[in-house]
Amino acid sequence: MKRLLVLSAAAGLFLITACTAGTETSAPKIDASATSHEPVTIEFWHGFSADNELKAFQDTLEGFNKQYPWITVKATKAVQDDQIIQSVRGGNPPDVALSFTTDSVAQFCKANIFQDLNPYLTASKIDASTLFPKVIDQYTQYAGKRCVMPMLADTYGLYYNKKLMKGNEPPKTLSELADLAKKLTVKDSKGDIKVAGFVPTSQMYENAPIHTGVMVGAKWTNPDGTSAVGGDPAWKTLLTWQKDLTDWYGYDKIEKFRKSFGDEWSADNPFNKGQVAMAVDGEWRNAMIAADAPDLDYGTAPMPVADDQAQRYGAGFIAGTVIGIPRGAKNPEAAWDLVKYLTTDTSALVTLSNAIRNVPSTLPALQSPDLKKDPNFQTFLDIFANPNSTTLPAHINSAFNQQTLQEAQIKWESGRAPDLNAVLAEVDKKINDKLKLTAGD
Amino acid sequence: MASATLGRRGNAAPFRSRERRRANLRALIYLSPWLVGFGVFFAYPLISTVYFSFQRYDMFSLEPVGLLNWKYFFRDDAAWTSIKNTLWLVVVMVPLRVVFGLGVAQLITKLKAGAGVFRTIFYLPSLVPVVAGTLGFVFLLNPGTGPLQAILGAVGVQSPDWFGDPAWSKWGLTLLALWSIGDLMVIFMAALLDVPKQLYEAAALDGASAWQQFTRITLPVIRPVVMFAAVTGVIQTLQYFTQAMVAARVASGATDSAGSVFTPGYPDGSTLTFPEWLFQEGFRDFAMGYACVLALILFAVSMIFTLILLRQFRGFAEEDA
Repeated sequence: MKRLLVLSAAAGLFLITACTAGTETSAPKIDASATSHEPVTIEFWHGFSADNELKAFQDTLEGFNKQYPWITVKATKAVQDDQIIQSVRGGNPPDVALSFTTDSVAQFCKANIFQDLNPYLTASKIDASTLFPKVIDQYTQYAGKRCVMPMLADTYGLYYNKKLMKGNEPPKTLSELADLAKKLTVKDSKGDIKVAGFVPTSQMYENAPIHTGVMVGAKWTNPDGTSAVGGDPAWKTLLTWQKDLTDWYGYDKIEKFRKSFGDEWSADNPFNKGQVAMAVDGEWRNAMIAADAPDLDYGTAPMPVADDQAQRYGAGFIAGTVIGIPRGAKNPEAAWDLVKYLTTDTSALVTLSNAIRNVPSTLPALQSPDLKKDPNFQTFLDIFANPNSTTLPAHINSAFNQQTLQEAQIKWESGRAPDLNAVLAEVDKKINDKLKLTAGD
Repeated sequence: MASATLGRRGNAAPFRSRERRRANLRALIYLSPWLVGFGVFFAYPLISTVYFSFQRYDMFSLEPVGLLNWKYFFRDDAAWTSIKNTLWLVVVMVPLRVVFGLGVAQLITKLKAGAGVFRTIFYLPSLVPVVAGTLGFVFLLNPGTGPLQAILGAVGVQSPDWFGDPAWSKWGLTLLALWSIGDLMVIFMAALLDVPKQLYEAAALDGASAWQQFTRITLPVIRPVVMFAAVTGVIQTLQYFTQAMVAARVASGATDSAGSVFTPGYPDGSTLTFPEWLFQEGFRDFAMGYACVLALILFAVSMIFTLILLRQFRGFAEEDA
């Protein structure tokens, strides 16, 4: 009986260990499909779901089919990162997968969920350092592995409603933004906000610290992955500025006003409806305004910067959609052909950019004469090209770090945590503790 | 003679042993469906969970880390916040649900007319899908556009920010739990209708007040049902997840866009429950080893309450006997 128990336990442990191993794949035969031309069907999972996005994607895939007629792409829409991870774990991943967020890139690379694409790039003689802007390296690589490629980029700037601005120019510094926000705000007789010049709280749609930190040039982490938040005075500058403006409105008043807003992704977005005069948003909003509020008279500008950092005006936050070949992909060679096409082919990127108004992610595509440009979209192309623009470098706890800072920011701006130094020190402690748990010695 | 006896014994023992083995084998065959289910769905996952709790496990690779995950639990503020919140719900929400469910059932069983209508009105909310019900509540209680605020605003009263203020958020969830009281109400109604009427008649003849009848007759008779409602309520509350997650997500205004992150528990972790934190650690932050520590703690606490329930039922059965 004892022997049976020992054997069962050993078998159980073996089973546990075996179940976690996942599926390793042999080294891919890079670019083999280019010569073999054997008909092949590949699975492609992506997150696009809106009609205009799907149409644009279909047009782009048709361009791929013309170049690679022997490869049939079976696309699946509206897929999230969780599904990709589970499919890899289950040993049945798609050949190509696309993710809307760069938060998972470190995890994708560390756990080999996506394959390292450096050997593919070398075999295809693609020099990533001259093809992509430098900032893209930071969110497509982790620990020497490039496990995803950029497919279009997002940049963030300031949208302003020309009618509500009453002839004022968009602000360039945080002080100017606060002054103008107060000047443009309209309240009713009970003190309730009817129109806000600018909603400063981190809970406003795109005001997350990942997007606004660039206004003060704030740092997230040190080179060893530990938190830089508490030690970087830039965060204090930003959070103090946000709190001062929030207090001017009254936290309860601005929250009540914020909670009256419609869905961010619908036609009821408060910027479309003239409820806010200025708002931080991504370049995609141009396409949404064109569709949902075509008569809106608006302009775009870079985000304001800290008063003592005027030379950084023009910079913004950059991130983007990433795409790669999951571990266990059945047709990695054909998959690479699709990844290569979607991420390096100028005409593919321009087609997608023109349709869904995202920033094309290669330098040649940015300069393409076919790229539709207008002053409002040009702002974001300029932000993308600005050397001071930053991204959030891939970090194993990327999402956790952002959540921790944003939670702390909500406590601070609401007045429920009055000591900013203590708030930021707590953020450091949590981020560093979590790093030890997930990646420490 | 002696050798013959020994010889008979020598032949009978293997025979009996064979019989016993056959009987054991038969029993095992009959038990095998349960044994397979127990092994696959309980024993193996439990052993795995214990094993993973000593590993750094991101669902792809394993690295032994000794007690790291267990030690992290003691300094993980969010875990302790979630424990406090879950305990709050156990201590406040569960008793309120039992008292409210019993009160509603008592009222409806006493109604002379319209009992069917009221029974339906109170029962219907428990049929509403949890996510839809929670969304509806967050909308109703929205301090900016909600109908409740519209009514209160007309008389000059400002509604609290139910799901946006940490002082009110758990009360908002409690209100939601009371609204969907139908499941408990039906159980209590069945128990109340089972109380022998002659006990009340005798008590009334002795001049007992309604309160005395309730405390001296109704409660003692339906005590097993109340205990069942309380203990299963505690076990369910230890697993409280969907309502808290949906309410926090909607109230925070977090979206699924890139760069927009959401941590359950909005605002300020006030609605963060233990299972939510377990889910967050395991399936959002990929700290599956640590999530296994949380799962084992939840399992242990749930087992304690299950044992209490079983012991109570055994007590009731002995009393009846």
